[in-house]
Amino acid sequence: MPNIKELTDLTTQVRRDIIRMVHKVNSGHPGGSLGCAEFFVSLYQELMERKDGFDMDGIGEDLFFLSNGHISPVYYSVLARSGYFPVEELNTFRLINSRLQGHPTTHEGLPGIRIASGSLGQGMSVALGAAQAKKLNNDDHLVYSLHGDGELQEGQNWEAIMYASAKKVDNLISTIDLNQQQIDGSTDDVLPMGSLRAKFEAFGWTVLDIEKGNDIEAILEGMKDAKSLTGKGKPVCVLLHTVMGNGVDFMMHTHAWHGKAPNDEQLKEGLSQNPETLGDY
Amino acid sequence: MGIIMKTYTYTEKKDTRSGFGAGLAELGRTNPNVVALCADLIGSLKMDEFIKENPERFFQIGIAEANMMGIAAGLTIGGKIPFTGTFANFSTGRVYDQIRQSIAYSGKNVKICASHAGLTLGEDGATHQILEDIGLMKMLPGMVVINPCDYNQTKAATIAIADYDGPVYLRFGRPSVPIFTPADQKFEIGKAIKFTEGTDVTIVATGHLVWEALEASKALQEAGISAEVINIHTIKPLDDKAILDSVAKTRCIVTAEEHNHLGGLGESVARVLAQHNPTPQEFVATNDTFGESGTPAQLMDKYGLNSDAIQNAVKKVLKRK
Ligand SMILES: Cc1ncc(C[n+]2csc(CCOP(=O)(O)OP(=O)(O)O)c2C)c(N)n1
Ligand SMILES: [Mg+2]
Repeated sequence: MPNIKELTDLTTQVRRDIIRMVHKVNSGHPGGSLGCAEFFVSLYQELMERKDGFDMDGIGEDLFFLSNGHISPVYYSVLARSGYFPVEELNTFRLINSRLQGHPTTHEGLPGIRIASGSLGQGMSVALGAAQAKKLNNDDHLVYSLHGDGELQEGQNWEAIMYASAKKVDNLISTIDLNQQQIDGSTDDVLPMGSLRAKFEAFGWTVLDIEKGNDIEAILEGMKDAKSLTGKGKPVCVLLHTVMGNGVDFMMHTHAWHGKAPNDEQLKEGLSQNPETLGDY
Repeated sequence: MGIIMKTYTYTEKKDTRSGFGAGLAELGRTNPNVVALCADLIGSLKMDEFIKENPERFFQIGIAEANMMGIAAGLTIGGKIPFTGTFANFSTGRVYDQIRQSIAYSGKNVKICASHAGLTLGEDGATHQILEDIGLMKMLPGMVVINPCDYNQTKAATIAIADYDGPVYLRFGRPSVPIFTPADQKFEIGKAIKFTEGTDVTIVATGHLVWEALEASKALQEAGISAEVINIHTIKPLDDKAILDSVAKTRCIVTAEEHNHLGGLGESVARVLAQHNPTPQEFVATNDTFGESGTPAQLMDKYGLNSDAIQNAVKKVLKRK
C-alpha cells in the first residue's frame, strides 16, 4: 500500500524545489511544473518499475519521456529525489556549465534523461520508437510519456497518434497535462481543440480521464486502470485534469505563470504555503 | 601620428525584437496588405501593438509552426504580405521543407520574422538557441537573409522588407543591446554600412556582433591598429563590392557573427574572397557546437563571441598578412 502521507510530503518538497530553482535564475517554467508535481511523484515513486541506477537502454524497466520539456524543474526535482543524481545539483539549474539545462538533454549526460526535449511536439514519436524497441527485445515493460495540452497543437503529435494505433503499440501510456493553459492564454483562447477524448478515440486509442489530476490517490487509481488497459492491442491515453501553478495560490489557474519566475516576495509567499518536509537542497 | 577613428556611443539599450514589434506596428498603420501570424509567442515577438490595432489582420495559429508557414504562403495568394513570428529555431529548422516548397520554391512574398536567434536568448539553452539558421536560410534559392544589429536597424529593416517583393528571413534577438544607429535611417536591403574607416584590418560583422566589433575597434585603435568596421546586415544578397573594396586596402579580414562558422556570414565572405581576391580571414563564430544555458554575457564569453574575441582574431589575422 502506498503511503499517501509520504508521497504528499515529497510533493510539497518538490514544489519548494520548483519555485526555488526558477527564482534563483529568474527564468524557467513554474506553472506547468507545479501542476504536474503529483503526477511525477506518483510515477517515479509508485507506478514505474525502475532498476537501480541509470542506463540509456533501460531494458527490463519502465521508461518515461517528457515531451513538454519546459517543465524541467519538476522533472529534475523528482529525478534527484528519486536518486538519479545528487539533490544539491538542483542548485545549478540553468546555470552555465550545468547538467541541468533549461530544457532536459542527454547532451550533458544527466542520469534519468533519455532524449532532449524543449522544441515541442516530438516526444510521442520517440516514446513510440522506444515502445517498439521494447517489443523487439521481448521486454514487457511499459513506456510512459507526458505532453502539454497546448503542445498537442503540433501536427507531429497527430502523426504519432495515428501511427500508435495503426501499429498496435499497446505498451505505451501517453498522459496529457490538461491544464487548459498555454503561453498566450487559455487553450480555448489560442486554438480550441474540442474534445481530446473524442479525437484520441477516433484515432483508435483507449482514453481515460483522471479528473482530479492534483490528487495523488486519484492519480494512482487512474494510472493503475491505465496500466490494466495496456497489452490489449491499443495505445492508452490519460487525460490528466490539472491546475496550472497548483499549490501556490497566486500562480493557480492562469497562463501568466507559464514561464515567469517569482520575485523575492513571491518566493517567500510560495514557500510559506509549502512548508519544508524532506529538507531543502 | 595617432589614428583618428569615429567612435560610437549609446544612451539607451533595447532588444532588437522590440524594434521588430515597432516596425510591424507602423506597417499596420501604413500598409493595409500587411498581415501577421504567430504561433503562441505574441509577447516574446512583441506583436501586441499590431494585434491591438489590427485584430482582423492577425492570425493566432497555435503551437503549429508548419501550419503557420503554409497559411502564410496561402495568404500571399490574394495579395497579402504575411509576417510570421516565432523563435528562430521554430522559424527555420522546424519548418524547413514547408518554407522550401510552399514559400521559396513557390516564390511567395512571406516575411519570416525570427526572434531569440543565437546564444543570447540565454537560460532556455540549446534546444532554443539555433546557430544554424543563417546557413539553412541562405541556402534556399531566392531567400533574402537579414540580421540587423540594434533596435533602430531592426525597425527600419522590418518596414523595408514589406516593400520588397519576395521571401525574406529576418533574424533578431532577445537581450537588450546598445542602440547606436539612427532612428531615421533608411534601410537598404543588400547594402553594407561602413561604420569606421580603417587601413590595417577589415572587420565585417552582423547582428549583435556589430556593437562588439565597434568596441573592439576602439580598443584596437588604442593599440595602434586601424580597423574598418563594416556592418553586413544583409547576408544574402551579400554586398560583395563593399567587402572587396575594403580588403583591397586592408588585405586582411575578420568576420563576426552569432552563428556557427559552418554556413554563416564568414563562409559567404570567404567564398567572395576566394573567387576574387584570396585574403587572410579569421572567423569569430561558434565552432561546430550546440549552445547551452547561461546568461547571455557568460555564453558570449565562453563561446568567443565578444569584443575580446574579435580583438584576438584581429591580432591573429594581422600576422598572416
Ligand atoms: C516547437 C515549439 N514551438 C513553440 C515553443 C514555445 N513554447 C514553449 S512552451 C509553449 C506553450 C506550451 O503549452 P502547453 O503544452 O499547454 O504547456 P503549459 O503552458 O501548460 O505548461 C510554447 C508555445 C516551443 N518550445 N516549441
Ligand atoms: Mg497547458
